Formats: sequence, structure tokens, C-alpha cells
Amino acid sequence: MTASGAEAALFWVLAPLMVLASLGLLFVRKAVHAAICVMFVMIGLAILYVAQQAPFLGVVQVVVYTGAVMMLFLFVLMLVGIDAADSLTETIRGQRWIGLLLGVGLGAVLLSVISRAAFPPAVGLAETGGVPNPVALARILLADYVIAMEVVGVLLVTAALAGLVLTHKRRLAVAPTQRAIARARVAALPRGRTLTPLPAPGVFAQNNAMDTPALGPDGRPVEHSVPRVLRIRGQERSATALLAAEETLVDVVRVGGPPAGDSTPDSPPSGSADDVPEGAPGDTDVAPRDEEER
Amino acid sequence: MIPGVAADFSNDAIWVSAIKAVLIVVFLLTSVLFAIWFERKVVARMQVRPGPNWHGPFGLLQSLADAMKLLLKEDVTVTRADRVVYLLAPMISVFCALLVFAVVPFGPSVTIPFTDFTTPAQLTDFPVAVLYVLACAAMGVYGIVLGGWSSGSTYPLLGSVRSTAQVISYELAMGLSLVSVFIMAGSMSTSQIVASQAGVWWFLPLLPAFVVYVISMIGETNRLPFDLPEAEGELVSGYMTEYSSMKFAWFFLAEYINMLNVSAIATTLFLGGWRAPWPLSAIADGALNTGWWPVLWFLVKLWAVMFVFVWVRGTLLRLRYDQFMSLGWKVLIPVALGWVVVLSVFQYLGLAGITRTQLVVGVLVVAALVIALMWLWPERRPAAPPGGAADEGAPGTFDAFADGFPVPPLPGQSLPPSPRARRHVPPAGATTGAADATSTAVDRPEETR
Repeated sequence: MTASGAEAALFWVLAPLMVLASLGLLFVRKAVHAAICVMFVMIGLAILYVAQQAPFLGVVQVVVYTGAVMMLFLFVLMLVGIDAADSLTETIRGQRWIGLLLGVGLGAVLLSVISRAAFPPAVGLAETGGVPNPVALARILLADYVIAMEVVGVLLVTAALAGLVLTHKRRLAVAPTQRAIARARVAALPRGRTLTPLPAPGVFAQNNAMDTPALGPDGRPVEHSVPRVLRIRGQERSATALLAAEETLVDVVRVGGPPAGDSTPDSPPSGSADDVPEGAPGDTDVAPRDEEER
Repeated sequence: MIPGVAADFSNDAIWVSAIKAVLIVVFLLTSVLFAIWFERKVVARMQVRPGPNWHGPFGLLQSLADAMKLLLKEDVTVTRADRVVYLLAPMISVFCALLVFAVVPFGPSVTIPFTDFTTPAQLTDFPVAVLYVLACAAMGVYGIVLGGWSSGSTYPLLGSVRSTAQVISYELAMGLSLVSVFIMAGSMSTSQIVASQAGVWWFLPLLPAFVVYVISMIGETNRLPFDLPEAEGELVSGYMTEYSSMKFAWFFLAEYINMLNVSAIATTLFLGGWRAPWPLSAIADGALNTGWWPVLWFLVKLWAVMFVFVWVRGTLLRLRYDQFMSLGWKVLIPVALGWVVVLSVFQYLGLAGITRTQLVVGVLVVAALVIALMWLWPERRPAAPPGGAADEGAPGTFDAFADGFPVPPLPGQSLPPSPRARRHVPPAGATTGAADATSTAVDRPEETR
């Protein structure tokens, strides 16, 4: 076995790193870290393949395994969440010892086979006729082993179809299309619904909560901007109450203490316009609407 | 000579490759600065506003100023982040984005001025160069996915999950559309594919594949209308929400380099690579296809594709996620698959000795047959609408507010007699007011929420 100096250097740099990464797969706690270790090993393998004049194998390894299969794994792992670590409790009694035993057995088998294998001297691509990778592979796959390849393809497609069938759910009702939804929305116009989303709740300097009505261009509160439930419950905060609260806040800042007989500025909103000081602007405008709502 | 590759790299010593690599990186970084300016300026023109015009001539230095600002900003690492992966993710993105241009041919063999040293205007090439591009793109997505996951927050995670699904589905369509180029060119090496386009550029004979490629390339680079992983209306900014300063700049850089990458691949595979466009290529027996001219044609085509990116962004709205997925799986992949099958049949027939005229005549005959069959096929009676039948009513009756619109009578319907007409000829005991009230009755205002 001969390898050029550069290839040997590449191998001795890459191989220990790959071994470290594969050990990392065993010992890291988080599943995503393990996935990253596997990714590293796969890319290292791909680089070694390319160095051994098998660029097709190397690139396909990255495209298929790293790009698609590991991505699917990661897709599932990410849904587990960032804090999820492997649990160390044994679900099957003695599973650790059984696993260790099987692992040692597998290692022994592999070692004995590899140690007895006789490797023929390596030959480069040039000695084998200089046919580029994809062409040579295509000749083997699509000429010599075409039946086997087709059978494997049919098997895989069958398995994929089976997966689809097993996870298929029958739809209970017809799914509404975007067109149907739009038509229904237009059809509801005469019943007083709106085409557009309802106006958002108001934004004041102190408050942009759901219970605060927006102010229209005429300065009056927009009724629909507060959720209907809040209005029916009478939990809508009137614009005047809010203004009054802001006034008191200004007083607090100016005087340096809450005025006597008043609640603190950030107290929970009062339900109706009852607490509003009399004579505040817009009071008469808002209060009757609240009554009507109930 | 590498077998199966058109370009000849036998002159390239290691220092030549190193210089080429540095030049490519410099080209990419300056192109990104230009691309940001280009995008802002073109989008601004489309929206009838001036765009950046303050820093430098035509605002060209605006993106440089923005880059400096990003460099000097505070680098925030959120507490719940997984620190190693959080740092690794933007690096993966940029690294993989920088790799692709290694196999893109800027031109044929060029002679360095004032010397007689000749080298291909391309860093390297090998028999599976286009697959290598796909591999780099697939790896680059790990940056997005891991970045979103390691931020330890909800919106980035949603962005990265979307990105995973997006990449898996759109890479299939992209790969299948590239397969038809491989079939026609008989090679996966970029220089060989450009060499095979001496006669006709592949985007014309392979138009369906080109359309699929253009759509999936926009999906692959997360650009509008497919920018679901960073949809700012839904996910703040998706996978890069928690990133700031230089790490954010890396993601930003990677996105724009990826745009350049897929544009360069579209140019190389479908638009003739560095070849001069038709009327120019005929001048002086192809003199414009030699020397340094091809670099110009390549850049012109590259930026034309980049313009398409910006144009699409300025024109189209973001798709809804399920629509996006069904577009990928139910439209793009079947179309690409079917096209590959059709193309393989044609290639087989061509290899079997059938001439091109025979093929064209055969296609025309089959098309005529299909059209005749469709013409003569009995039209299917429209099925009765399941739920909405009550709204439509019987064909004779006229609903003035069908579907909520004030509508004129359809053919077969007749206007009811006008209440005002009846006023002139009042029948005995008729009350006109009641009929009016029932037809336009509005329910009590009721809202949803």
C-alpha cells in the first residue's frame, strides 16, 4: 500500500479528528451535538473518498447522507428542544451490560475479519483505464446490475408509498380554499362584518393593552378595536379614563406624590366610565355606548 | 488533464490555485457589497423612490458604511443560547457559501497580460463539479438550521424548522432540473457543460427544467417570495433573530453569496456560461469568445439573473407556508420528474438513430392528436356545488345581492318589477315599503372576535 505524502498527511490529520468526533457521538449529552459529530465524521469520510480519487462517492455521500438524511434527523431532534438531554435511567433491565457485551462482540468480529483481510496493492484511477467516476459507475449500475438496481428502486418506492398510506388520514370535511373564505367574507358584508381585519387596540403613551380603544381620525374611540368579550363584560377602558390616569401621572411627577384620594396610576383599569372625573372631554360620548353594549 | 473535464489545469501550480482562490474571495466580497447596493437601488426604482444616494457616488459606499456599522456593534450572546453551536452556525453558512465559486468557470483559458502563462479562468473542475455545488448548498443550510436551534428561543427555532423542510423539498426539484442538463451535456463538469453549449444554450431546449430551476433557486436561497425561514411579518427575522453584530453580518453575507452562487450556476448550466450572446458570438468568427471577453459576458449574465432576484422580490408577496410546500411537492417535483422522463425518451430515440426532423414531426403529430382528442372529448357536466346551492337559487329567480354584491341579472334571470314602477300603477292594497325592507334588510351589526 502506497500513498503520496500529501494523501498520508491528509489522512493522519483527518483520521484522529474523525475518531474524536465519533467518540463524541457516544459521550456528548445533547442529541444535536451528537448529530453535529456525525456530520463531521461524514464530511471527513467524504474528503477521504475524494482524496482516493472517488469524487463521485465523496460528493454523493455529502449530498445524500449529510444533506438529506442527517437533515431529517436534525429536523426531529430540534423539535425535542434545546434543554433535552439523554435520560440515563435503564428502561430495560441490564440493557447497559447487554449493550456492552454485544458491542465488544461486534468489535471482536470486525477486528478478526479486518486483521485477516489481505488488501491488494492500491491502484490509482489512471491505471484502471482513466474512465471518470460517473461514467464507470453508470456502466456498472445500468449495464451489469440493472435488474438488481431496478428491484431495489421498486422496493424503496413501495416502502415510501407504504409510509404514506400508513400515515394517511381521511379528511372529515372539505378543506376551505382561500377563494371560498374570501367569498364568505364578502358575503358577510351585509350582515355588518368587515372585509379587513378589525382595527387594532389603541396606542397611548402609557397603555397599549387590549382593553384600550383606538382613536379614530376624528379623535373618538373606535368601538370595534376592543375585543367584543371585553366590551360585553364591561372591561373596556374608556379613553377618558385613560387620559385621566395620565393626568394623575403627570401630577405625580410634578408634585412628587400621589394626590390624596386617588388610586396609583398603574392600578388595574376601571371597568366603565364611572370613575372618570366629571366634565372630562368625551365622557358623555363614551359612557352611553358602554351601556348600549351591555 | 483530468478525464471528463474540458478545462486544462495541467499548468496550475499550487501557488496559481492559491492566487485564484484569493481572487475569488475578493470578487465575492466586493460583489456582495455591490449586490446590496444594487438590490436597494433597483427595488427603490421599482417603488419610485431614489434609494441610497448619500454616501459615495450614486450611494455606492452605503453598504460599506453598513458593514462597518455591523462590525462595531455590540455582540450579544443570549443566555439560553448553546454557545458553541451558536458561534459555529454562521461560520458554517459563510464557509459553505464561499466554496461554490471554486468550480464556476469565469471564462476559457486566459493568458495573463505581459506573460505567456495560460490558465483556465476557473479555480478547479472535476467530473462531478455540479454535484459538489449541491453538496455545498446542502451543507450551508446547516448554518441556518443550527443557528435557529442554538438561539434557544421560539421564533428562531420555527424559522430553522421551516428552513429544513424548505431545503429538503426544494433541493429535490433543483437536483431533478439539473439532471436534464446532465443528460443533454453528457457530463457533470462545469467546463464540459459550458463547452457543450457552443451551439444552443440549454435554457431554450430545456425550458421546463430552467423554469423549475429558477423557482427552486429562489426557494433555496430563502429570498422573497420564499423567505419563510426569516419571514419578518411572522417570525421577527426567523433563524437570525437572536444574532447581532458580526455573527449577523456573516449570515447576511452568506445569503448574498448564495444568491451569487445560484445565479452563477444558472448562468453556467443554462445560459451558456461565459459564451457571448448570439449576435456578438458571430462577430469575427467567435473572436469575442476568446481572451478576456468571456469574463465580461459571464458577469453580465450573472447580474442579469441577480436582477431577476431583485425583480421578483420587488413584485411578489410571500407565500403562505402550506401553499409553498404544496407548490414544491405537488408542482415542481412532478414537473421536473416528468420532464426528465420525457427527455430521456427523446435521448434514447436520438441514440436509436431517429433523426431530429423525424422527432419533430412525431412530436407535432402527437400534439395534434392530443389537442384533437381534448377538443372532441365530451365536456364533463359541472357537479352541483355542495354547500352553496342554496345561495344560487333556481335559475329563474334573481337575487340582487348574490354573494353580497349588488349584481345585475345573469342570462336566464329577469329583473323583478321595480317598486317605483309599481307606485305609478298601484295594485289595490299593496304596500311598497314592506318589499323594500325585506330585500335589503341588514342584520344587527355583529362582529367576530
